[in-house]
Amino acid sequence: MVHTSLDVVDEKISAMGKALVDQRELYLGLLYPTEDYKVYGYVTNSKVKFVMVVDSSNTALRDNEIRSMFRKLHNSYTDVMCNPFYNPGDRIQSRAFENMVTSMMIQVC
Amino acid sequence: MEVAAGGGCGTGPPLLLSDSEQQCYSELFARCAGAASGGPGPGPPEGTRVAPGTATAAAGPVADLFRASQLPPETLHQITELCGAKRVGYFGPTQFYVALKLIAAAQSGLPVRTESIKCELPLPRFGMSKSDGEIRFGNPAELHGKKVQIPYLPTEKNSHKRMDDEDKQESQSPTMSPLASPPSSPPHYQRVSLSHGYSKLRSSTEQMHPAPYETRQPIGQPEGSSSEGPGAKPLRRQASLIRSFSVERELQDNNSNYPDEPWRITEEQREYYVNQFRSLQPDPSSFISGSVAKNFFTKSKLSIPELSYIWELSDADCDGALTLPEFCAAFHLIVARKNGYPLPEGLPPTLQPEYLQAAFPKSKWECAIFDSYSESMPANQQPCDLNRMEKTSAKDMADFPVPTQDVTTGDDKQALKSTVNEPLPKDVAEDTATSKDCYSLKARPRSRSYSSTSIEETMKRGEDPPTPPPRPQKTHSRASSLDLNKVFQPSVPAANSGLLHAPPALPPRPCPTQSEPVSEADLHPQLNRAPSQAAESSPAKKDAIHAQPPSKPIRRKFRSENQTTENQEPAAAVGGAASAAMVKPHPTVQKQSSKQKKAIQTAIRKNKEANAVLARLNSELQQQLKEVHQERIALENQLEQLRPVTVL
Repeated sequence: MVHTSLDVVDEKISAMGKALVDQRELYLGLLYPTEDYKVYGYVTNSKVKFVMVVDSSNTALRDNEIRSMFRKLHNSYTDVMCNPFYNPGDRIQSRAFENMVTSMMIQVC
Repeated sequence: MEVAAGGGCGTGPPLLLSDSEQQCYSELFARCAGAASGGPGPGPPEGTRVAPGTATAAAGPVADLFRASQLPPETLHQITELCGAKRVGYFGPTQFYVALKLIAAAQSGLPVRTESIKCELPLPRFGMSKSDGEIRFGNPAELHGKKVQIPYLPTEKNSHKRMDDEDKQESQSPTMSPLASPPSSPPHYQRVSLSHGYSKLRSSTEQMHPAPYETRQPIGQPEGSSSEGPGAKPLRRQASLIRSFSVERELQDNNSNYPDEPWRITEEQREYYVNQFRSLQPDPSSFISGSVAKNFFTKSKLSIPELSYIWELSDADCDGALTLPEFCAAFHLIVARKNGYPLPEGLPPTLQPEYLQAAFPKSKWECAIFDSYSESMPANQQPCDLNRMEKTSAKDMADFPVPTQDVTTGDDKQALKSTVNEPLPKDVAEDTATSKDCYSLKARPRSRSYSSTSIEETMKRGEDPPTPPPRPQKTHSRASSLDLNKVFQPSVPAANSGLLHAPPALPPRPCPTQSEPVSEADLHPQLNRAPSQAAESSPAKKDAIHAQPPSKPIRRKFRSENQTTENQEPAAAVGGAASAAMVKPHPTVQKQSSKQKKAIQTAIRKNKEANAVLARLNSELQQQLKEVHQERIALENQLEQLRPVTVL
């Protein structure tokens, strides 16, 4: 399912035409509402894609919240990137990053 | 065994040593003997190879040890005589143990007699600077002779050294090996004195509260330090150790809210880190890029995830680069990890950049002493002070004082290049003298005490020849100097900063001397202002302006007559103010004042030159302006001529 959503992301990216480096553009919105879950997409300037899968039963999540979550995610990701010991493509093992993600998830739930 | 030997030798009354005493004494003896026979070699690993039954302990380490007991020299003489060393001419095991017992007796207040040693005595205390701290170290479980897991720079240094050898990275080894020498002498000395304290620690743990982290270091030293330990150096180091120890005491008192002792960086470690920083990046106020740091830290042979985690902890602003405090924190964490300490969950308070920046100006000064190129080390200090005082943006401060300090440290650098080692003993001795005075104040312990005379030293030496600026980009362009002027003065209260930087020699110097009578925490800025104000506002401000682009390099050779005459006036005024400002004319401080006068004069000369350059620039720009005006007029005329035509 994540892969299909990635395909959707690619579709949307290519649909953007000239890449506008705008924060709004980065947020792709609700990608693909299915029965069980919703998938949200977010692309960074460096074309790194964040995909967020949310359980559909959680109706409290609003668009703004998703946006803010992605923003936080992006910030944490850049912090991780700053680490010269981090090889892009590796699994992120940063504790701060994980803490942030966990706190976000807990907050939502 | 030793007791039996003692009995067998029959040099004195039979020694009755308790188990703990036996252990302690044999350790101490092994150290002394090992130090002696191993020469300036590594610590306990080699020391332990030397059997405890080695015949003699050399006089050097034994003498150091005895001095560490802080007994008066007469007592030590008595003890030496009594224990029979003088008679037999060497410190055999018996003599050594008797001597230790006598030391314990003397420390307990008993008269030094052979009868004293028959009593039950506490273990002798060897309270040199760090050894006392060591004694206070409250984790005997962790401290275990060779197994001491102490992040200490010799260990780190050695590990780096080994890495270098193994990796055959020659770029690193030359960096390491010269740096090995200054820290190596402390290791040697400390090893001797502190290991004794450590032995005592192992045997008796009462009256120990958590010691400053610094105390752990020496224990770690024996692990792998390759100490040369020339005789002069241990003495010098002794002075510095006393100083650092007193600082540690004060710090402990003042920073009792920092219980995480292992994460406290000592001055020597700090020096080491700063040296390493400089090897990677000549400008101490600038960054080490991520890739450079990565290569460097990778040599420590820690795993990548660990290094990644350490980076995450230490790069507080997450900018992908390490400033000097960040670098020190990272280095410290690496050293800790290599010594087996688990990495903390978060950056300990003693490793945070603000703390490090504020707390360790001294180490930077010492680096100036030690290093052949002392760059704007004090620049960091000035920003620290300023930051604390005013909380303005760190960058402005860092940028700005840097050129100022260039003058001083640049001079320092050149002076030092010629004589690196010679000034050191003097400096440290002076440092000790005046810094000890500063210890009476508990305010801003580290910055104060550190800044006391080491700053003075470096300042005075630093001011004579301005080196080619390590940061040319800051000063060599006129525009930048202009900008700096504009940026700096409006952005910072001119009184504070301008006066702070104006007479570069003044602020730190009067600070310790004036601070002696007045024990207040924030005397530093006030003192800076006070002598500066005393030094007349106008030359001070002028100096402030001039001080900014200080390392217009070696233009001081340019001496226009105007400058010299002008220099003499303000220099005399400033010098007079400086000497007037010095409340207590210590002989050393007086010497420094004259040297500072010269330094101030030089600074003034340079500032005059900068002024001349700026004036020239001004005139050129005026010229251009005139030309442009003329062109404009010409064009307007043409327009006028054309207009009537078109209108018609």
